[in-house]
Amino acid sequence: MTDTTPALQFENLSVAYRVKGVSRPVLAGVSLEIRKGEAYGLVGESGCGKSTAAFAALRYLPRNGAVTAGRILIDGQDIGQMAPPALRQLRRQSVAMVYQDPGKALNPSLTIGRQVQEVFELAGVPRADWAARTVEILAKVQISDPQLVMGRYPHQLSGGMQQRVAIAMAIASNPTLLVLDEPTTGLDATVEAEVLDLIQHLRRELSTAILFISHNLAVIARMCDRVGVLYAGRLVEEAPTAQIFNAPQHPYTAGLLSCLPQAGRSKDQAPLATIPGFLPVPGEVISGCVFAARCAVADDLCRSTEPAFRVADGHASKCHYPERAGALPVVAKAGATLRMAEQAAAILQIENLSKSFGDGDQRQRVLRDIGIELRKGETLGLVGESGSGKTTLARCLLGLLQPDMGSELKFAGEPLAGRTAARTRDQVKSIQIVFQNPDSALNRSHTVRRMLERTISLLVGLKGAAREARVQALTQGVRLTERHLASMPRQLSGGLKQRVAIARAFASDPQVLICDEPTSALDVSVQAAILNLLADLQAETQVSYILISHDLGVVRYLSDRIAVMYLGQVLEIGPAETVFSGPHHPYTAALLSSAPAIGDEGAERVKLVGALPTTAQRPTGCVFHTRCPQSIPGLCGSKAPPQIVLEAGHVIECHLPADALPVRG
Amino acid sequence: MPGNVGRAMLGPFADQAAVDVLNHEMGTDRPVLVQYADWISGFVTGDMGMSYAYRSPVAPFLGTALLNSAKLAAVAFVLVVPLGIFGGVIAALYRGRPTDRILSVVGLSATVVPEFVSGILLILIFGVWLRWFPISATWADGAGPLTQLYHLILPAIPLVLILFGYIARMARAGMIEALDADYTRTAVLKGLSYPQVIWRHVLRNALLPTISVIATQTVYLIGGLVVIEILFHYQGIGSLIYTAAKKKDFPMLQAGVMSIGALFALTTLLADLLYARLNPRIRFGGQE
Repeated sequence: MTDTTPALQFENLSVAYRVKGVSRPVLAGVSLEIRKGEAYGLVGESGCGKSTAAFAALRYLPRNGAVTAGRILIDGQDIGQMAPPALRQLRRQSVAMVYQDPGKALNPSLTIGRQVQEVFELAGVPRADWAARTVEILAKVQISDPQLVMGRYPHQLSGGMQQRVAIAMAIASNPTLLVLDEPTTGLDATVEAEVLDLIQHLRRELSTAILFISHNLAVIARMCDRVGVLYAGRLVEEAPTAQIFNAPQHPYTAGLLSCLPQAGRSKDQAPLATIPGFLPVPGEVISGCVFAARCAVADDLCRSTEPAFRVADGHASKCHYPERAGALPVVAKAGATLRMAEQAAAILQIENLSKSFGDGDQRQRVLRDIGIELRKGETLGLVGESGSGKTTLARCLLGLLQPDMGSELKFAGEPLAGRTAARTRDQVKSIQIVFQNPDSALNRSHTVRRMLERTISLLVGLKGAAREARVQALTQGVRLTERHLASMPRQLSGGLKQRVAIARAFASDPQVLICDEPTSALDVSVQAAILNLLADLQAETQVSYILISHDLGVVRYLSDRIAVMYLGQVLEIGPAETVFSGPHHPYTAALLSSAPAIGDEGAERVKLVGALPTTAQRPTGCVFHTRCPQSIPGLCGSKAPPQIVLEAGHVIECHLPADALPVRG
Repeated sequence: MPGNVGRAMLGPFADQAAVDVLNHEMGTDRPVLVQYADWISGFVTGDMGMSYAYRSPVAPFLGTALLNSAKLAAVAFVLVVPLGIFGGVIAALYRGRPTDRILSVVGLSATVVPEFVSGILLILIFGVWLRWFPISATWADGAGPLTQLYHLILPAIPLVLILFGYIARMARAGMIEALDADYTRTAVLKGLSYPQVIWRHVLRNALLPTISVIATQTVYLIGGLVVIEILFHYQGIGSLIYTAAKKKDFPMLQAGVMSIGALFALTTLLADLLYARLNPRIRFGGQE
């Protein structure tokens, strides 16, 4: 490209928010450049200033935020100096943004057509061409029936479709810079893969530069040319993608990478690395390196002198000892490497479990003939797209939903009633849950101590000193301290809150713990600590977990066995490693290949056609045949597939002969 | 309501036999439930019965009273709805600044002032002292619409004062939610000007919840005006019910209360339909 003016330039940018009259810096002296047509990834944990950087690039800071130093240039123009009309012109033509949660980003009371054509109206396109241009742009984001979609309202579209529309609006003006702030967070793995494919496809077609913000390192690895790592509002490392991921030169980057539960790692081998400590509070005065307090290789120099940004071979790092970062000692605690006996007794037996909602024509079978056995001390991972019935299954097990007639649940050999109210106290105590979002799962007006005490009194019936002893034991068990007991949930970070939720779940000494997306609201370093904790607790107490997660890395790390669900049916169940390595069900293959993984960027993806059917229009024959790339015409659509038993405990429901099943490779 | 209808009509000195005969003629000596069943079956077929006090059918009285109340309510409605929404929108746009504070404080203060206080003050200031407006809302027979309006302004103001705070507060809350919404950010980042953002993307979403509030308050405007109508000598449904209650004129009282109930149901239904019309998310049928 002959035009060398960068699409976006941050020159020593500092941004601060005023909170209660005090100025809190969020970005401090960030300098970066994104060349035309380049995709630049910005990573870091929450609170590092990623989104602030994104909004600063569009000069859309919250009312209390302000640029305190430095400049932002888009295509060479200082946007800080722009008068409102010029800024509007810039937003119409040169920059656009797509953010998380497309359902909220679209106006709920206007049709898609109106919202998209507004972009053309602003670009000065003659009114007569609006409709045609809208159809054209919607087709460009691979919406198959633009005319139909234009007449729809946002709530009538799926999340993936909504994000396509948001992307269409963003690229309609062919901007110089496209800011993508967590564009796929919250979407299903298969949908995420589609959206990422689309963005890559569009990049080849357009000359747009991309600022890609994500906490998901694997997504960044797949999408970006260069990556910058933000920590506490400072850019601590910047390099071409491959260098960052293969040879990180900052301990923070190295730490982030080693926190990830990646392929081939499981709880049986070693605990995950964690980054101890917390992000400094914005405004805290730090002499020396901002990361020194949490850094494993820091010494006195790090604590006293702020390192300079050193650049060598296009790899910049703000560290005194960049060469040490790669050799970061993995925090190897004496981990629980106890392998479960393969044939431990079954603690929970699920047979023919079905659950329907509605009556008559409206009747929808959300779960259909589920048969699973959970053994003592094992972790069973449940994976599948949203709508596959994972959470409904969890609710049936907890007794929050009454399963259909004919379903059979057994706990420790005894029949288990459908509703909690009809279960014995021991059974209620024995099956507990940890929710995804600790914020809404904990009572905001109770202290941690009160929550634990109440649970103990209610479920275990302990009082006085015995109860206090139990509180202490639980607190220590989840690595919280006395100090935390007096806190309210709002005074705790996300990771600490999840520890409280886990302590609460363990209060009654459960034998089965259902973990519904236990770490998806948490940062990777905190996630690693929580996963380690869950693994330790399992080794100590022999509790069995049912782990629901869309993050396959998490599932693989923690699970002994995995069940793959689709439209309320189990398509495959087997030992974790064999489910991952294959041969596996074509749906499992698609799920696995759609999850971006580091070091896996070039791999060919198994693409699914179409959207997940609803349970109301459950396909006949094999439920998956409408989207299956290996569907056999005439067979899969008409006849229910047989069970293929590959080895002990690895069962796949599929018409394909065993040797034709896909293998990971 | 306790009390002997015949005694109330004939007065304390009437002969007990005469009272009994009257009660028997009117059927008021029958058990209450029987009387009610008799009356309600008439009401649903359009026969509202005879007034005890006037010895003539209830319907014409009720019709006139409802019409009068509707006029007063309409004046108040036309004044307060735009004012309230406008106030709420302005407050939201200047959130946290003095304009917002003043609007919120004034609106809420006015809401808690009972209408008999504000009504009496208004009569004293504008009716008695300044003599700008008539102190009675009742106009001479055959008065034109403008004269009627002139009479209705003063009684409408206490209602406006009471409702302004509610409506403005709802409008403000809705606006703030919509202004903070992601779709508003999308609109700004598309490069729309601020007025365009507000007009096209914010207002409609912001004012949806306000519609429900306005609907319930409208019923209050029609049915809850006893104090205002008495204070301003206005022959509306409020004063009709009040008089009927004093005179133990049960058919009149029942018909009045029932009409207000029916109006309440009707207004709420209309508001729900309007809400559904404006909110595509709850529009049913014919779309999929």
